Amino acid sequence: MNLAFTAREEAFRQEARAWLEANVPIEPLPSGDTAEGFKAHLEWERQLFEARWAVVSWPERYGGRDASLFEWCLFEEEYYRAGAPSRVTQNGIFLLAPTLFEYGTEAQRDRILPAMASGEYTWAQAWSEPGAGSDLAGLRATATRDEARGGWVLNGQKTWCTRGAFCDGVYGLFRTAPMNPEKRHHGMTYFMVDVKTPGVTVRPFERLDGDEGFAEVFFADAFVPDDQIIGEVGRGWYVAMATASSERGLTLRSPGRFMATATRLVRLYREYSRTADASLRDAVAKAWIEAQAYRWYTYQTVSRMVQGESIGAEASLNKLFWSEMDVRTHEVALSILGPQAGVSSDGDVAIDGPAWMKGYQFALAGPIYAGSNEIQRDVVAHRLLGLPRR
Amino acid sequence: MDFSFTEDQLLLRDGLREVLAGECPASVLRQAWEHGPVEGLWRSLAENGLVGASVSEAFGGLGFTPIDWVLLFEEVGRAAVPEPVLDTTAVVVPVLEDLGSAELKAQWLPAIAAGEAKCAVAVGTDPVPYAAEADAVLVLEAKRVLWLERGAFRTSAQPAVDGGRRPATIAFDDAAGIELAIGLDAVRAADLARRLGALASSAELIGLASHLLDESVAYVKRREQFGRPIGSFQAIKHLLANALVDLEFARPMVYRAAWSLSSADTDPLLAEVAVSSAKSLSADAAQQVARAALQCHGAMGYSYECDLHLWLKRAWARAVDWGDARHHRARVADRVIGPCQ
Repeated sequence: MNLAFTAREEAFRQEARAWLEANVPIEPLPSGDTAEGFKAHLEWERQLFEARWAVVSWPERYGGRDASLFEWCLFEEEYYRAGAPSRVTQNGIFLLAPTLFEYGTEAQRDRILPAMASGEYTWAQAWSEPGAGSDLAGLRATATRDEARGGWVLNGQKTWCTRGAFCDGVYGLFRTAPMNPEKRHHGMTYFMVDVKTPGVTVRPFERLDGDEGFAEVFFADAFVPDDQIIGEVGRGWYVAMATASSERGLTLRSPGRFMATATRLVRLYREYSRTADASLRDAVAKAWIEAQAYRWYTYQTVSRMVQGESIGAEASLNKLFWSEMDVRTHEVALSILGPQAGVSSDGDVAIDGPAWMKGYQFALAGPIYAGSNEIQRDVVAHRLLGLPRR
Repeated sequence: MDFSFTEDQLLLRDGLREVLAGECPASVLRQAWEHGPVEGLWRSLAENGLVGASVSEAFGGLGFTPIDWVLLFEEVGRAAVPEPVLDTTAVVVPVLEDLGSAELKAQWLPAIAAGEAKCAVAVGTDPVPYAAEADAVLVLEAKRVLWLERGAFRTSAQPAVDGGRRPATIAFDDAAGIELAIGLDAVRAADLARRLGALASSAELIGLASHLLDESVAYVKRREQFGRPIGSFQAIKHLLANALVDLEFARPMVYRAAWSLSSADTDPLLAEVAVSSAKSLSADAAQQVARAALQCHGAMGYSYECDLHLWLKRAWARAVDWGDARHHRARVADRVIGPCQ
């Protein structure tokens, strides 16, 4: 066992830290989940891309640095430590891109990845349907073969698309074969669709936390060519599931995010410690320790992956931990703030009541998205503990 | 960064697990609870290399540092061993190696490694586990570290919820002890002892929790109600899933703390935070797993006849040994938040 980082990894960390220090905007950008803020965030993405920090773990030819998984972790730690803007490209670079790397053709990667990395073309996940959330296999959207035009005609409705209102393209599953109730996972295909495709309508709707980018996407005879399919026709479920675990696990929520939240919590407590209840000191320490637990558990996971182990159902443990931790951490912040949660504090995000309240509201979504925690507990029970399904 | 243990470390762990399964099953625990120290158990643990693991090779041990013995202490926890392994191997031996005179070391360390001597540790005025059967007691006072040999102290047995613990208060005349350190040296040694005790108890708690979870999973697969195994009901599944999350996120922190204590490069303050974080997480995890285990076992688990309570009580005791979770979070708070206003 050797838990020190190599000199090369430390150098990578320092390089990232220096660049971020020099380039992260001093004034926080408006929220990336508003139309105005989204544009500002895209400018930031362009800046990241030009300095080759947008997709560090990707191959150089697509704008990356061929960074190792550990280096990626360190970059993320530095990114959040610097208070850098949220990544509005994340649904593309962290969810769609792994699918393209695993199942896409070289032509698709060449066509799609550079524009994704630079933020020129952004993606939203069109996963769920009103009748298919946790039970994704119950989805009903269809894709009918159009041989003459060399593609498929899509019909149906997707919902709960984060930033769907602002993005250029969406990706999701459509049934290319009629649903067989005995084999519901068969006959789906993974499509990428430009939202400007005739027949595609995006309808934004507001979220609990006030963000505007959430959307429903309607498909009414929308034609999509064959080269927009990832993987085999009819095997879409399996293509999707291969990366669903990366959503639950590593790529979507790196430790850096939660370490930065814990650091802000410590600063918040210091600001209020004279008036705060002394038992909150214990709660703050606990939150800080939990962020460290997530960090070291992740390093352990990455260490295993680097040594060739594949992480299967353990991704569910991961998701359960970070999502519940994030809620707890924000609850401590609200306890410290009390009525001050409604009061702004001029730019310092660590002691800004409304920023913590907004963070709390979004934290509450964590146990719901990326596979609800009730489903995750079932996965843990069945696949890690071997408990009987019936 | 490499989080893996070596082949040898894993083999040693597996070997010890097998030995303990044979030498220290639940029936032996009950024997210890009812009749006191189990004849031959301590010597057997020594013969298998466990007791003397931390003794330097010069004195007949394996020269193990915390990263070498952390997995072994998980097994000690898993088997709820009713012997002062933690006290002797994790705490007394390193302190003796650090502070003992050449003669004292030569007198005691080989004997410990051979299973001929058991040691206990007295912290403050708390009852001392295994004091009555100890050949020597290490006394950690605020400004003094004392070594008391058999005959130099009197014991008075105390009741304990954990029947495998056998605590006793000790009384001694100052002149009867050997002073190992005073002043700053004593403070330093006591800090080291506390850190090692906290780490070893964290490792034991991981093992205890692992056992409790494994037993619970096995039980709910077997136990049927309403015509099916109770493990097929979602409420039970979720209780145990949550327990697994708590356990698995405490575990790497314990390994990391062990590595910090073994690594020459580590900043001592960082090591302190690492150990306290590990103890906070492992104590809370063990408490949560213990609750889930009892709940899953239902009324069966509540009966004395069922073995479960032997592990529950050890877990409850270990959770507060060497500083409870709150104490350790206060240590972390001091470092991370800063002094109390």
